[in-house]
Amino acid sequence: MLVYNFAFMKRWIHAFPAALLLLSLPAAGQQRRYSAAEVAEGKQLFSVQCQPCHGPNGDLVAGVDMRKGQFKRASTDEEISRIIANGVPGTGMPPFSLPDNSRTALVAYIRSLHESGSAGAVAGDAQHGREIFEGKGGCIGCHRVAGRGARKGPDLSEIGALRNAAALERSLVTPGETILPQERMVRAVTKNGTVITGMRLNEDTHTVQLLDQNERLVSLLKSDLREYTVEKTSPMPSYQDKLTPQEIGDVVAYLLSLKGLP
Amino acid sequence: MKFRILSLLAIAAGAVTAQVSNERLLHPEREPQNWLTYSGSYSSQRYSLLDQITPQNVKNLELQWVFQARSLEKFEVTPLVVDGVMYIVEAPNHVFALDAKTGRAFWDYDYRPSRDARPCCGSVNRGLAILGDTLFMGTLDARLLALDAKTGRPLWKTEVGDPKLGYTITHAPLVVKNKVVVGVAGGEYGIRGFIAAYDAATGKEAWKFYTIPGPGEPGHDSWTDDSWAHGGVPAWLTGSYDPELNLIYWGTGNPGPDFNGDKRQGDNLYSDSAVALDADSGKLKWYFQFTPHDEYDYDAVQIPVIVDGTWKGAPRKMLMWANRNGYFYVLDRTNGKFLTGTPFIKLNWSTGLDEAGRPMRNSSAEPNAQGVTIFPHLFGGTNWYSPSYSPRTHLFYIPTWQDSSMNLGKVSGEFAPGQRYMGGTIRPGGPATRRGAENTPVENTNYGAILAVDPATSQIKWQYKMADLTASGVLTTASDLLFAGGREGYFYALDARTGAELWRASLGGSEEAAPMTYKVGDKQYVTIAAGQALFTFALRN
Repeated sequence: MLVYNFAFMKRWIHAFPAALLLLSLPAAGQQRRYSAAEVAEGKQLFSVQCQPCHGPNGDLVAGVDMRKGQFKRASTDEEISRIIANGVPGTGMPPFSLPDNSRTALVAYIRSLHESGSAGAVAGDAQHGREIFEGKGGCIGCHRVAGRGARKGPDLSEIGALRNAAALERSLVTPGETILPQERMVRAVTKNGTVITGMRLNEDTHTVQLLDQNERLVSLLKSDLREYTVEKTSPMPSYQDKLTPQEIGDVVAYLLSLKGLP
Repeated sequence: MKFRILSLLAIAAGAVTAQVSNERLLHPEREPQNWLTYSGSYSSQRYSLLDQITPQNVKNLELQWVFQARSLEKFEVTPLVVDGVMYIVEAPNHVFALDAKTGRAFWDYDYRPSRDARPCCGSVNRGLAILGDTLFMGTLDARLLALDAKTGRPLWKTEVGDPKLGYTITHAPLVVKNKVVVGVAGGEYGIRGFIAAYDAATGKEAWKFYTIPGPGEPGHDSWTDDSWAHGGVPAWLTGSYDPELNLIYWGTGNPGPDFNGDKRQGDNLYSDSAVALDADSGKLKWYFQFTPHDEYDYDAVQIPVIVDGTWKGAPRKMLMWANRNGYFYVLDRTNGKFLTGTPFIKLNWSTGLDEAGRPMRNSSAEPNAQGVTIFPHLFGGTNWYSPSYSPRTHLFYIPTWQDSSMNLGKVSGEFAPGQRYMGGTIRPGGPATRRGAENTPVENTNYGAILAVDPATSQIKWQYKMADLTASGVLTTASDLLFAGGREGYFYALDARTGAELWRASLGGSEEAAPMTYKVGDKQYVTIAAGQALFTFALRN
């Protein structure tokens, strides 16, 4: 029989992939680690400069799939940076006149899209990891995999295709060091005093859309709110003292096995 | 009275958190604020019980929000609305969950169909189905995809057909019990069409009904030689469902090659037919073939409309069908018996229907190599554009192409997998069916019109004429309003009883979708896609 500590779980909703961008080990060809600030700046630049052609996931141009670390003419960070600066003559890739630090930030973000290939500290047993994930770890109290589990934190159905072992391990041990904008929790209090909390999905000047703690899609007009807070930290706790290193390795192995739909 | 109000509130509150159960799908009349299936109900009347917007106040409609598609393809979706959340698809398979009050997005999921997909007539999608917390979408590369309605995450994906052979899916699936039913498009590529049901939880195929009988099956001898194997007969529009009879009604498309029947002598069953399938087994209960041995591409791919009423003084379970071939039919949906059939547009391919409803062919309008003028155009007297039936006015509303024709030239050609297999061509010189930004109609130009037909008499009660053609569906409401658009980009509200125009908005793009209506809180909204955007209106505060 599985027993979940719901009060406990409420506190650690979804730092899960949140910490991953910062903490991942370098991918193949990657020459250094990047800071969260660089990744964040790169994301902004990417959305304006690159996304129109490469798409939000970096996979719209034939032969280039940034999520898989696939490039046609580059493997190292320097080569990616050079292509950004010079473009590729005769193709749709134009040169971008950007300062060095902006190009570095773009490379940081592009590298962050690809997170597979490196290993965690402990080799794990995926089947046992699944048992922990669904049992004593209580992970499915917040996370969902292939239609099972809660939707309070990010869906992890394809996390193994997006993140590497080291990143997953660190997210279990030291979650909450950073949190992705799309995974922040919000707390809203309406003018009549109703408190609504949930994962922010979308926000504009006048409205905010979220998946609330009852797993309902809720849209709020800011003019109807008395208070509105976007949390900067993750409620996910560290599993360092809750699971043994081997158990963490097992959970990581399980997460790595989650590749989404074929 | 107080108790009754409290009960209603309890029901409303329950509906807010409930999943979309089969019970809810069976009883959309209990929650007219929602729009849970492509046509609004299993009967597919595209009729809403909402009545806040009336003939008196409709002039006060104003734009609430617009959703701009990123795709430049035709925007053919009918949204679903479930408890304040709207689910739409923009071409080809990009799903959005929107706040139905503001149009702001909760999530989106952009499925990229294989480049092997080869749709005949646009990389379009018309919408979704829902059961529980799961959305279902047929994809351009002939997959059936299940998505988590709360997050947009994919749950399962099933191969329905091979896109390299021309199979594709563009319509909204139909959920019946624990199954998701879809048909395939590809009638111009020599497919062998089918309608199939998949387990909603797993995507596993539950049954498959081939629209062309195989060797040894009844009806197989309506095809000569091996023509059946690549005889087309797609099923590319959502069907209807009668829970009491446990029958699914679906329309089937043209036999292939479209315009040359020389190598497929016979009636070519079950092309251009209404088929009634057992919802549990997919077994054929009955069929009614509207256009035997079709050489005009007159797909019977329209919305089958279920109506209970009296027919010649006796109660009757009817199926009403405005067909691409130009006839409006009423059938007995328990057994497929023909009750009536009357032309609603000018046609010359047939000289009438016999007592069983079989068309008598006009020998001077057979396709030939020299070319012959056929009324109506292959796009029909009507097409996939949703009709509507109002149980208040007892009228059947049809978006039509009036005076449309084509100059059809027959050619020969061999079947090759995945290649166009048409057997003819539409020759230039006929009246244009696509017009530009400027339209200069003359006396005999084809035109679009919404017709109100009295099914009991087949009389046309009124006609609303447009200067250009129409590809828009029709919606009626319990306040006797009719909403529809047209190629000119006007969105109209008409008096459903008289056809009088009560309101219009110029949306700047052709409506190639059907309108729908819903309610959030105390406000009724009406929505239609036009051009590359979705427009939502409600009464001014």
